[in-house]
Amino acid sequence: MQFWIIQTLNSLAMGGLLFLLSAGFSLIFGLMRIPNLAHGGLFMLGAYVGATLLGQSLPFWLAAIVAGALVGALGVILEGTLLRRMAGNEQGQVLITLGISFIIADLCLLSWGGDPVPLAAPRGLRPPVFLAGFAFPGYRLAVLGFALAAALGLWMLLERTRLGAMIRAGVDDREMARSVGIRVSRLFSAVFFLGAFLAGLGGVIGGPILSAYPGLDADMLPLALVVVILGGVGSLPGALVGSFLVGIIYNFGTALFPDFAYVILFLPMVVMLVVKPTGLFGRAMR
Amino acid sequence: MFQLSRRGILKTGLGASALTLTGIPARAADPLRIGFLTVKTGPLAAGGIQMEQGMLAWLKLNKNKIGGRDVELMVADTNGVPATTRTKTQELVERQGANLLIGPLAAFEALAVADYTEAHKMPTLGLAAFDEGTQKGAQKYFARPTSSAGQASHVLAAYCYTELKMRRMAVIADDFAYGHQQTSAFLRVFEDMGGKIVQKILPPLNAPDYGTYISQIKTNLDGIFMGFAGSNGFRFTKAFFEYGLGGKIQLVGGLTAMDEAILQQTGEDAVGIISGNFYTPSLENPENKAFVAQMNADYKADPGYYACGPAIVAAVLDAAITKLGGKVDDPDLLISTIRSNTVPNTIRGPVKFDAYGQAIGNIYVRKVTRAGGKNTNTVIKTYENVSQFWTYDPAEFLKNPTYSRDWPVAKNLEN
Repeated sequence: MQFWIIQTLNSLAMGGLLFLLSAGFSLIFGLMRIPNLAHGGLFMLGAYVGATLLGQSLPFWLAAIVAGALVGALGVILEGTLLRRMAGNEQGQVLITLGISFIIADLCLLSWGGDPVPLAAPRGLRPPVFLAGFAFPGYRLAVLGFALAAALGLWMLLERTRLGAMIRAGVDDREMARSVGIRVSRLFSAVFFLGAFLAGLGGVIGGPILSAYPGLDADMLPLALVVVILGGVGSLPGALVGSFLVGIIYNFGTALFPDFAYVILFLPMVVMLVVKPTGLFGRAMR
Repeated sequence: MFQLSRRGILKTGLGASALTLTGIPARAADPLRIGFLTVKTGPLAAGGIQMEQGMLAWLKLNKNKIGGRDVELMVADTNGVPATTRTKTQELVERQGANLLIGPLAAFEALAVADYTEAHKMPTLGLAAFDEGTQKGAQKYFARPTSSAGQASHVLAAYCYTELKMRRMAVIADDFAYGHQQTSAFLRVFEDMGGKIVQKILPPLNAPDYGTYISQIKTNLDGIFMGFAGSNGFRFTKAFFEYGLGGKIQLVGGLTAMDEAILQQTGEDAVGIISGNFYTPSLENPENKAFVAQMNADYKADPGYYACGPAIVAAVLDAAITKLGGKVDDPDLLISTIRSNTVPNTIRGPVKFDAYGQAIGNIYVRKVTRAGGKNTNTVIKTYENVSQFWTYDPAEFLKNPTYSRDWPVAKNLEN
C-alpha cells in the first residue's frame, strides 16, 4: 500500500515539475511550429542564475521570478535577432535553436564550472512531511502545488485575456489570425518571452530537486518533447495532462519494470505518434 | 588546444635560446613532449578540467620538469567522444611528436585508442578506471598508476563486512560499465565473505530524479553501496535526505560517489558517509600537502579523483625518466622502467606495478567529517599494497568474466 501511495506522490510531484518545464515549450511549439531545442538550455540557465541569486540571499520565490524574467528577456532577444531572420525557414530555425542550446551549455560551463551547483529549498519546506507513517519531501509537495497554481494562472491568461485570445488564434490558424489584423510577429516575441520565462522559472523551482549541473539541459529536453507529443502541441491542458501522465509512467514504470528504465518514457510516445499523432489535446496544424 | 601547444612551443623556444647563450647545446633543451588527452567541453568537462588543473599544479610545483627535462604539455580536448579521442590521439602522436600520452579520461575513450597506442608503441599512462585495461585487455605499452574500477570496492566490501559488521546490504549504481564494475567487485568480496546483497538498483546514468528509486529501497538494511559517477552521488544523497532516510541507513560509496568535486555541495548531508579510494586530499605526506596547497592557491579547490590522477602519473614518470637519465626515445625501455619501478613518494603514497600494468598501492577507507563549514574525507583505515585482484590469485581471477552488469550473479536478491 505504502509503495502505491508514495509512488503516486512521486509521480504527481514529478508531473508538476514537468509541467513547469514543458508548458513554455508547448506554447512556443504551438505558435511558431518549431520545437525550441534550446528549451532545456534555458531551463538549465534559469537554474544556474537562480543559484547565483540565492547566493546573494534573495528570497527563493523572488529569485525564481527574477531568474525567469532574465531568461525570458534572453528568449526575446534570441527570437528577435536570430529566429526572425529565418522566418519561413523552419528547418533553419530548429537548427538555430539547437546551436543556441550548445552555446548556452558551454557558456554555463564557463561561468559556473563543471561541479554541480545546489539550490537550497525555502527553509520551511526542507524537512520531510510525515504522512501516515512514512516520510515524503515537503518541497516536492510544494512544487506540485506551485505547478497547479501556475497552470491556473496560464489558463486565465490564455482564456480570459486579449493576449491569450490572440495567442490561441495564432496557434489555431496563423494565416487567419494575420488576416483579421493580429500582428503575429509581435505575438512571437510575447510567446517566446512567456516560454523562456517559464523555462527559467521552472529551472529554479526544479533546482532544489535536480540541482544545476552540466548536462541538465540534455536530460530535460527529451522529457519536454515526450510531454508535448503525448499531450498535444500548443495545448495547455495537453501539457498538464501529458506531464502527469509522464510522471506516472516514469515512476511506476521504473519501479515495476526496472530493466525498461530507458524506453519506458518513449514507448507511450511512439504509440501516441502512431495512433494519434496530434496528441491527446492537439489539433492538426494549418 | 592549438593555442596551448603554440604557447608551449614559444616557451620552450625561449628556454632553448637561453640555454644556447650559456653554451649548453640546444639538443639538451629539447622538451619532453607529453600528449595530454582530456575533456574540456561537453558533459564530461567537469572532470576533464580538474584533470588538467591537477597536471598544471604538479608541473608548477616541480618547475615544469619531469625526470630533469622541461615539459611541453600538449593538451587535447576530446569532447568526451571516442571518435574525437582517436583523431586527437593520432594528431598528438603523428603530427605533434608526443613522446608519451597521459589519459584519456573516460573508459570508452581509452578503449577507442588502445589498439592504436599499442600498434604505435606509444607509452600511455591511463587514468580511466575500467577493469579491462589491466586485466583481459592488458597491453604492453600501458600503465595505470591510479586504480581499476573494482580495486577500491574490494577493500570497501571487506571493511563493511569485517569492521562495520554489515551483513545485509543494497547496491545502487549508474547503469554503465564503471558503475557495474564497482558494484560487482563489491558484491563479489562481500558475498564471498558471507554477506548478502539483497537489493540491486541500477538507475540510468542520466536519471532525472532519484525519488522513485529511493522509495524502493528496503529499510531493513545494514548499509547501501553507491557506485555513482559525476554529480550523481551528490544528487542521490540529497534526495536520500529529502525522503527522510538520512542517518537511518549507512551509505558507503565507491571511487567517486563522494568525490571532492561534490563533497562541499552535499553539505551536512555528507557527514558520516564512508567511501573507498586510492587517494584523499587529507593524506599527510609532504608531496600531497604541497600539491593540495598548490591546487587551493590556483583553483580554490581540493583535488579529488580527477585532479589527483595526473599528479600521481607525473610522479611515476618523473621517477622512471630520472632513472633513464632523461632518455625517452626507446618506448620499450620507458614502459618497462615505469612498470618495474617502485615510487615511494607519490601523493597517494608508494606505487608499484603488477605484471598487467596496474598500480599496487594503498587504498584508503574514508569517512566524511565536517569542521568549520568544510567537509573532509578523513582516512579511517589504510589498506596497504592492494592489488587489483585483491586476495584472489591473478590467474584464477582472470579465468572469470570481467566484472559486468551480470557477473558475478547476485544470488541473494529479495523481492
